[in-house]
Order: sequence, then structure tokens, then C-alpha cells
Amino acid sequence: MRLLYFAWVRERLGKAEEQVEPPAGIGTVRELMAWLAKRDEQYAHAFENANVIRAAIDHRHVRPDAPIAGAGEIAFFPPMTGG
Amino acid sequence: MTTIIRLQREAFDAGAEVERMTRGRTDIGAVVTFTGLCRADENGKPIAALTLEHYPGMAEAEIGRHVEEACARWPLLGVTVIHRHGRLTPGDVIVLVATVSSHREAAFAAASFLMDYLKTRAPFWKQVETVAGTSWIEAKASDDVAAERWSAPPPRHEAAK
Repeated sequence: MRLLYFAWVRERLGKAEEQVEPPAGIGTVRELMAWLAKRDEQYAHAFENANVIRAAIDHRHVRPDAPIAGAGEIAFFPPMTGG
Repeated sequence: MTTIIRLQREAFDAGAEVERMTRGRTDIGAVVTFTGLCRADENGKPIAALTLEHYPGMAEAEIGRHVEEACARWPLLGVTVIHRHGRLTPGDVIVLVATVSSHREAAFAAASFLMDYLKTRAPFWKQVETVAGTSWIEAKASDDVAAERWSAPPPRHEAAK
């Protein structure tokens, strides 16, 4: 699946997007963030406060317990500050 | 019912956008516009510029969903939402929400609703440039509270006076 990062999540990771294949057993957005956080120091830093980070699946806001099965594109970003 | 949603780097002319919505119409009795501008300060500190990052694709979709909801809640005759992205400097326009209706209540309420949701749900992020460097603006709890008030069951369309 394709992951997208925005604002300070993107800056901390040093990339705007990537393709990942999470192992079986990673079923929800929360689990995906926990899995990413274990990759290396940069990911750990980006996802250290996962409660703050918002997620969207295929352009729709989702909660941390949302299932990721079938997702084409998952985005992670801080709370929004538009308008 | 015409809706226009545009995300763009360029500035916009709020007057021209309203003219586009109302030209030749005699059924419109109320126009409400909100224009957001880039201020020269953030948290009491002077800023040099504001850069708006957005999520292309989702931003249009999310704004579209809220415009649809506004149209379901209030008897609107037209909605325009324009949101800029990229680097802006103090005094620049950032966002326009314009709503038109037969009567003022619907136009006021829908414009307020759309702005509250743009602040908290549309995927945009503001970064400020100051002499100390760049930093991301943090979301305000007061904006969440403002958006929350619309989640109560809406009053149904009532004949506005």
C-alpha cells in the first residue's frame, strides 16, 4: 500500500510518500503506526506521539481503530490548520 | 444550485467570485462571504510568510463532502469555496467561502459551518516563517469546539423571514 506523509510527519521522516507491505497481523491504523515506529529512529521520532497523528484512508478521515485491509492509500498528518 | 470548489496558488478576487454567483439572478436575496487573510503576526510574534501545505485529492474531496452537507442542511442557491496553497505573505488572501440563498439565515449559517469545518477537517497545514526559522502552527482547541457545535442535530429548513 502507498503511504503519504504531510507537514511535520513528512519532515521528520524526510519523505512525502513510500510503498510498504506490512506483515500479516497489522490490521488497523493504530497497529500500522506502531509497526512503522519500530523501523528506525526517524520513524520512532515521527510516530512517538501517535495519539496526536491523524490518518486518512483513500481520502477519508479515519479513526485509529479503522481496518487497513484493502486500503490503496493511507496518509498520516498532524491536526489540520487550514482556513 | 452551483457549487465551485477551487484549490489554487494564485490570489482570487472575492468581488468577482460573488459577481459570478449572482449575475443575472433574481432569486438570490442574501450573499455571505468570508475571506481569510494572512496576518503579520502569530502568537504575538511577527511573521515573514505563511506556507500552506495541502493533500491534493483529499482536500477537494473533503471540502466537497462538507459543501454537500451544507446544501443538505440549508436551502442554498450557490456555494463557492476557494483555498490557496503555497507561500503567502501578510495581507494576502488565503480562503474564500461564499454562500448565497433566498434569505440571510441560511447563507450566514452555511458560511460559518463551512469555515469551522475547513479549519478542523480540510487537510491543510500552515507553516510560519519568522526570524527564528520555520515552525508549524498548532491546531487550536477553540477551532475544534467551533466545529463541534454543528454536530448536534441540525434544525431543519425553516422558512426564513
